[in-house]
Amino acid sequence: MSETSLRNRVAIVGVGESDIGKVPGMTGLGLNAQAAKRALDDAGLKPLDIDGLLTAYSFTEPYFMLGSVLCEYLGLQPRFNASLVVGGATPAVMLKHAAEAIVAGQAEVVLVTAGENRATGQSRDQAVAALTAVGHPYFEQPYGSSIPGFYAMIARRHMLEYGTTREQMAEVAATTRRHALLHPNAHMKAPLTREQVLAAKPIADPLGMLDCCLISDAGGAFIVTSAERAADLRAKPAYLLGIGEFHTHEHIMCAPSLTEFGATRSGAAAYRMAGLGPADIDVAELYDCFSIVPIIEAEELGLCPRGEGGRYWLDGRAAIGGGAVPVNTHGGMLSHAHAGAAGGLFGIVEAVRQLRGGLGARQVEGAEIALVHNEGGILSSHCTMLLGKDKA
Amino acid sequence: MTETLPSPVVNADSAPYWQGAREGRLLIRRCDACGQTHFMPRHLCPACWSADLRWVEATGRGTVHSFTIIRRAPLAAFAPRVPYVVALIDLEEGPRMMANILGDDALDTAIGDAVAVCFEDRGEGAAVPQFRRAGGRG
Repeated sequence: MSETSLRNRVAIVGVGESDIGKVPGMTGLGLNAQAAKRALDDAGLKPLDIDGLLTAYSFTEPYFMLGSVLCEYLGLQPRFNASLVVGGATPAVMLKHAAEAIVAGQAEVVLVTAGENRATGQSRDQAVAALTAVGHPYFEQPYGSSIPGFYAMIARRHMLEYGTTREQMAEVAATTRRHALLHPNAHMKAPLTREQVLAAKPIADPLGMLDCCLISDAGGAFIVTSAERAADLRAKPAYLLGIGEFHTHEHIMCAPSLTEFGATRSGAAAYRMAGLGPADIDVAELYDCFSIVPIIEAEELGLCPRGEGGRYWLDGRAAIGGGAVPVNTHGGMLSHAHAGAAGGLFGIVEAVRQLRGGLGARQVEGAEIALVHNEGGILSSHCTMLLGKDKA
Repeated sequence: MTETLPSPVVNADSAPYWQGAREGRLLIRRCDACGQTHFMPRHLCPACWSADLRWVEATGRGTVHSFTIIRRAPLAAFAPRVPYVVALIDLEEGPRMMANILGDDALDTAIGDAVAVCFEDRGEGAAVPQFRRAGGRG
C-alpha cells in the first residue's frame, strides 16, 4: 500500500507558550491550559472549535489517561483524543498523528499540548531520580546509570571517532544561550560563555552541568487544522510539508550504534514527502537535551557532513546570521525551556514563529522553510518535520 | 548511613541469568534457530523471533565500547560511590551490556580496554555482573 502523503494537507494555525521558568503558582495541567489558551487566541478560534486533543505524559503529576484528564480539565469533549509517550519525540509525533486524523476526516481542529511543572513540582533530587526511570530497570539502573551518563557515552564515542571536542560541545550551549537572550520568554536570562560551560560542575564525563538541558516549569501548545480551513483563519499558517519518524531502540545498551541513529531515516522520510532536501532549509530547531545531541542531529539531517557537527557550532554557522542554517533560534532546551515533552514542542512553536516573520533580532531573514527534529529516549525515537510559509 | 545498592529484580525472563550471577557465571541467550546471541534475556530471539533459545555461559571477556565517569549520582544509594565508571561492554560473544568498571584503576578506563567479568555482592547472596580492567586493548 502506498503512503498517503501529508504534504500541504494541514497547517499549524496557532501557537502558545505558558509562563516559563520557576512558576510556583501553576500546576502542570495549568501550564498546559495556559499555553492552550494562548495558542487558541493566536489562532482566533474558540474552545468549541476543538474536536481533537493530543498530549504527552507527566512525571510530576500522577494522572492516568492524561489526554482524557486534560480534556476534562479544559471542559472539552472531543471526538479524537490520546496521550502519546515516545519521550522527547512526542510533540513531533503528535503533529503527525494530528495530521493523519485530519486527513482521514477524524478531526478538524486538533489541540496539541505538553508541559510539566518540573522546576517547582518536585525537588531537584526527585527530578533526577524520576528520570533514572528512562534507564532499563533491570539491566541499567542497578549500575547507577543516569541520563547524562548515557549521553556522555555517546559524546565520548563521537569524540573518539570524529575528533569532536568539549569546546565544540560547549559552543553549542553558548550559541544557544545567545539566541535565548533574544527571546522574551526564555528561562535563562544571563549571558553564557564557552569558558563558563567548560568550567561548570562535572556531571558525567565529558558532560558538565551546562552541557545539560534545563529543568523548567513550562507548557507549550499548537493548533493544527486542514490547509483549507487554515486559509480562513487570522494567523499566517505554517504548512506541514513533510514528516517522518524512525525508531531503533529504547535503552542505550540495545542501541545499534552510538554514532549513527534514526534521525537519518526520519529526516529522509520527511525530505521525501516534502520533495525537499537539506539545501532548502532556512532554519532548524533541533532537540538539544545535551550539547552533543544537536551536533549528531545536524549531521544526520544533512546540515553538515558526518563528523563535522562540532565545527558547525564552533565556526559560528549555527548562529543567527552565521551564513548557514541557524539552529535553535529560541534557545532550545539548553536555555529556553525543558519540561518533559514540552521541550521539543517549543522547537515547533519557534519554527512557526520564524516562518511568520517579524521576530526582530531573533528573526532568520527570509525564513520560508523550517526543519524541526524531536528525539526521545537515548536518541531512540526520532521524528523530523518540515514546515513551510507556503505550500511546497 | 548509606542506602544499600539495588538488588537484582528477578522475573520470568531473567531468573536463570540472576541465578547464574549468584553462582559467579555470566549467562547469555543463544538462539538455536539462527545462532545469534543476545543480551537482555527475552522470550524470543530479537533477530529471528524463534523461541528456541538456550542459556550459554559467556567467557566474561570483553572490551569497553564507551564509558562515562558519573560525578553526580542519580540515586542516593550511589552517592558514596562517586566518582564511578558506567560502561558499555562488548562481550567476546558479540552482545553488548552495561556494567560498572570496578577496581583501583577504574578511573583510568579508556575505550577499547580489555575487561573481565567479576561479580558484586548485592545482599542475601544476590550478585550483579561487573567488570575489571584486564590489561591491554581489545
